[in-house]
Order: sequence, then C-alpha cells, then structure tokens
Amino acid sequence: MSIGLLAQYVINGMMLGMMYALVAVGFTLFFGVLDVIKFSHGDLVTGGAFAGLAIYSFLEHIDGGGTWWITLVVAIAAASSMAVLGAVIGRFLVLPLRSAPSLNTLLITLMAGTVVRESIRLFYPGGSQPHRFPGLLGARAFQIGSLTLRLDNIVLLATGGLLIVGMHLIITRTRLGLAIRAVAQDEETARTSGINFERMVLLTFALGSVLAGIAGVMNGLYYNEINFGMGLLLGVIGFSSAIIGGLGNMYGAILGGFLFAALQTIGAVALPFASAYKDVFAFAAVIVFMAWRPTGLIGERVSERV
Amino acid sequence: MPAAISRGRVSASAVAAVFAAGAALFLAVESQRGMLALLLAAGALVVAIRRLKGLRPFLQAASEHEETGALAGVAFTLLLCVLFRDDHFTVFLIGRVLLATLACLGLHLQFGSAGVANFAGAAFFGVGGYTAAILSAHSPIPHIVAVALGGAVSSLIGSLLLLPLLRTRGHYAALITIAFGLLFRTFAEVNDSLGGPQGLKLQGFQLFGWQFNEELAIGPFHGSFYINYVIAAVALLAIAFALVRGLDRSWLGLALDAVRLDETAAAAFGLEIARWKIVAFTLGNFLIGTAGALSAFMVGFIAPNNFTFAESLTFVSIVLLGGIGNAWGVALAAFIVVVLPEKLQILQEYRFLLFAALVIVVLRYRPQGLVPRPLRRYFRGLA
Repeated sequence: MSIGLLAQYVINGMMLGMMYALVAVGFTLFFGVLDVIKFSHGDLVTGGAFAGLAIYSFLEHIDGGGTWWITLVVAIAAASSMAVLGAVIGRFLVLPLRSAPSLNTLLITLMAGTVVRESIRLFYPGGSQPHRFPGLLGARAFQIGSLTLRLDNIVLLATGGLLIVGMHLIITRTRLGLAIRAVAQDEETARTSGINFERMVLLTFALGSVLAGIAGVMNGLYYNEINFGMGLLLGVIGFSSAIIGGLGNMYGAILGGFLFAALQTIGAVALPFASAYKDVFAFAAVIVFMAWRPTGLIGERVSERV
Repeated sequence: MPAAISRGRVSASAVAAVFAAGAALFLAVESQRGMLALLLAAGALVVAIRRLKGLRPFLQAASEHEETGALAGVAFTLLLCVLFRDDHFTVFLIGRVLLATLACLGLHLQFGSAGVANFAGAAFFGVGGYTAAILSAHSPIPHIVAVALGGAVSSLIGSLLLLPLLRTRGHYAALITIAFGLLFRTFAEVNDSLGGPQGLKLQGFQLFGWQFNEELAIGPFHGSFYINYVIAAVALLAIAFALVRGLDRSWLGLALDAVRLDETAAAAFGLEIARWKIVAFTLGNFLIGTAGALSAFMVGFIAPNNFTFAESLTFVSIVLLGGIGNAWGVALAAFIVVVLPEKLQILQEYRFLLFAALVIVVLRYRPQGLVPRPLRRYFRGLA
C-alpha cells in the first residue's frame, strides 16, 4: 500500500473520529450534569445537517452560493437551531421526568428522537430520499508526493479541533463552566451556592446540542450526502464512544470517538472485501465492547450500572 | 357463592362482548369521517365508564374471571372472522393484531415483568420470520416445527446478547439492544442468502395437509384463506396468554417483579438476578420469534424494511400504551396501534411520528399507561 493511500485512510479515520468525538462529548456533558442519556442526541446531528441544508437552499437564491460567509451562516444556523431544540427537549421532556424511573427518561428521549427523525422524513421536501449536501468548502487540493490533501478536509478537522478545545476552555476556564461543573458534582451544594440548577442543565443541553448540529454539517460536507436516518448510527456510536472513555469524562469521550473510528478504519483496510458489512461490524463492536468492559476503558468515578 | 361466581362469569363475558363489538365497529367502518366519529364515541365511552361508580363492582367481578373473559375473547375473535369472512383485508388485519399481541406479550415479559429493556423487538420478530422462510424453502421440516424453530432461533440469537445485558443496566442495556436491532436490519439488507433488500418469499403454511393459502371451506361455510392464519394465531396466542398470565400470577412472576423493582432488595432475598433476567429475556424472545415466523407465513414474504428500528419502537409503544406489565392492556393497545393507521389512511404515512408523540404524551401525563397494571391480588374475592 502506498504512503499516499495510507495517509488517506488516516485522514478518513480522523474525520470520522472527529464527528464521533463531537457527538460523544455531548453525551458525556448531559450525563455529567443530570445523569441522563439523551437518546435523541443522534437525531440532532441529522437535524443540524438538514437545518444547514435548508438555510443553504434559501441563501443560494440570494447569493448564488459558494462564498465563505454562506458556510459560516449554515454552520451557525445548524448549531443555534439544534441548541434551541436540545434545550427544548431538555426542558419539556427530560427535566419533568427527573423523579420518574429512568426507563421513562430513556423511552421519552428515544421517542423524541423518533419525532425529530420522522418529522424530517415527512416534512422536509423529499426528506425520505438522501439529499446532496453542497460542497461549500470548494474542492481545492494540495499534492504532496503521492498524497492528495484536500483543503476542505483540513478545514473540517481544524474546525472540529477548535470546537473541542473551545468547549474544554468553556468548561474549565469560565464562570459558566465552573457552574456546570458544580452542578455535575453536587446538585444540592450548587443550588445552595446560588446556581440556577435548571438554567445550567438547559445551557449544558444547548452546548452539547451545538456540537451535534456542527457534527451534522461536517458530516454533510464530508460525505456530500445526508439522509434522515444517519443520526441513528452516529448516536449509537457516539454513546458507545462516550462509554469507552468513561461517561462523564470529556477527554475520555474524545479518546473514545477516535478509538472507535480507528477500529472502523483498520477494519476497512484489513477486510476490504467486507466493506458492505462495515456497519454490521460497528454495531457488533458496540455489543462486544459492552460485554467486555461495561464501565469503559478509563473508568468512571462512580459507576452505578454494574 | 355460586350466584356471585356466575355473576362474575357473565360480567367477564359481557366485557369481552363490549370489546368485540367495538372491534367489529372499528373494522367495519370504511369512511374516514365514520372512523373519527367512532374514535370520539370510544373516548366518550371510556370517560363515562370511569365516571359511573355503579359499574365498579361489575368490572371487579369481571376481573376475577379472566379465564371466562379469555374464552369469550377467543369465541368473539372467531365470530369476527365469520362476520368479515369474505373481506381478505379485514381478516388479515385481525391476524396482524393477534400476532402483534403475541410478540408484545414477549416484550411484556421482558419489559413489564423482569424490567429488561429490549429495543430490538422487530429484529427478533425478523429472526423468527427469516428462520421460517429459510427452513420452509430449503428443508422438508413441517411448517409448524419451522414456526417453533423460529422462536427457538430467536431465543438462541438473543442469548448472544445475554452476557452484555447481564453486565449492564438501564441505558446501557438499551444501547446493546438498539445496536443489535440496527445490526440485524443492516445484515439482512447486505446478506445475499437472506435475499438482500428484496427479502424472501414464503409458500403457504401447511399443517397435516391443511393448506392455509386455500379458501376456507367447512361444509357450506366459505371464507377468506386468512381465516386459517387467524385460527392458528388464536391458538398460539391462547397458549402464550395462558402461559404469561400464569407466570404473572405465580411465584415466578413475583420473583420477576422483585427483580424489576429493586435488584438489590431482590438479591438480598436470595433471588438470583441473572437467572430471572435470562428466563424473561429468553422466553420473551421465543414468543416474539414465534409470532414473527407465523407472521412471515401469513404475509407471504419478508424484507429488511419490515424490521426497522421504528418498528421496534412501535412494539415498545404497544407495551407502554397498554400499561407496562398488563397483558390485557397489551392486547388492547396492539389493536389500536395496528388497526388505527390502516383504517385512517391519513395516518398511515405518519404512524411512527404519531405513536412516538402519543408515547411522549402518555409518559408525561399518564406514565402508568392506558390500562394500568392492577395490584397483585393474592386471594380471590379480596379487593
């Protein structure tokens, strides 16, 4: 195998890892503040991609498309609309069920995800078919020896990296992050210190959902195609990645995302004849991993599930 | 108290008759407007029954005579078939309701009794169906055995998930079954020996020379061939229902309840958590797989698109709407969830959205389901 091809696989794997990591960080944030898993999270990725596409189709008529600010607007629109949706789901479906059995939270977020997914399928024009996502970042590429480096891939990787670093800085360096960490550590103490618990929870939901929305747009830009069911796979893998890294641990989630992507990429390289089965392997890997290490590789501070 | 007993029997039969009459109306109405009117009437009736205190002792008596109610239910189901004997579609719908109930009884054991979340109901249904399709096409095995093997293979494949399921709980266990459901569907789609996206065709069901796909004729009586399948489904469902209700009421059901409600307390009382979860999960998958196998014969073909995650969630909705842990509620909810979108054509396309939204509303405002699980009664006649 040539160096160029190998490098291409590495870049593919990193792109995949970046998307998984973005989704996984959302799961881990929610679990941190409220000890809940939002199964609707994966569908917010789809939601972000379609929101971005909708804004693009609208702006295309004004500008003709192709300028950098459109990309920015698309990303911001996807991120902010998903932030609102994530907070709304949190406010009306997750928070009211806090005292109910955890099975109910699980069911209600699963159903919320279904509502999002089905709404896209039914109400987005032609939503039941895969949609082409415009290549907003252009197709410029550099040739370094046998390696072709595409500019859009670099931009996407850099954006993802910046987002994760930004999220890290928000959590560790700002007053908002301090409040979120306080809520995650001890709800009652946080409340007595004058932190508005509900607001912090909803803000966390919004922050995590921003990442999902961006991941959706990234997904569209990278594969140039989106469909209403894509969030299901990303949600399952994102959740698994968060578990691999030990839920509630942000670095673990990032690591888990990249590990999962590496596993999938290596699988694709090692078994090229079985490429049709790549999703089957991904899901099988989730199941095997849960059997092997249900508390993740890094381990959680507190584990209540085994 | 022979008088009281007979009153209970009459009440139970009467309740079954009311439901059967309602079902007949829902199945008979053709126009969309009539359907809406019927829905409103049903809603009003439910409110009225809840308001009328005079009916309470009557319903109480009925609930003490489940067996009579069940027998009446079987009789009325067959009567419905006689009533709609020439109407393929309606009889087919009745069959689908029965098989959905059968599958959801399996989920009821898992969710409602042992508290093991299973979000791959449609996948296990599909495992049963594919097993039946392959066995009936490539082997001389009698079809009735193929149906039973459909259930067995479903249990067997489910047992592959046991290790991760027993090591996890709640959301984590849910993730495992979701992953399995998606895996199965993708696998069926890309695997050529399973027919790929087009799926597989099945020949008609045969039982000792009785050809299910031929028009039913008993003396002067003629009816749709689907009646054959309804009879088979009624028989299977009756066995499963007796089994599940017997289990619910026995000390086994008590053990399962304890495991669901508090694993630590149950373990402290000497119950082996893993064993009970295995029993519920395996038996549940057997029922789901059996239903899937017979359903595959009835429909005549299977394809991966019938076993999507959305279908799994529909099964879960049935169990949840029926009131988790109430087998009778499951039957009622199965009827609503299967028949409503077929009769109200505007809903057909939107059914997943509708039922997801309905479950959200139920979880928010009536988490115990439409027909809540009654308190366990240890002695007959003690209210």
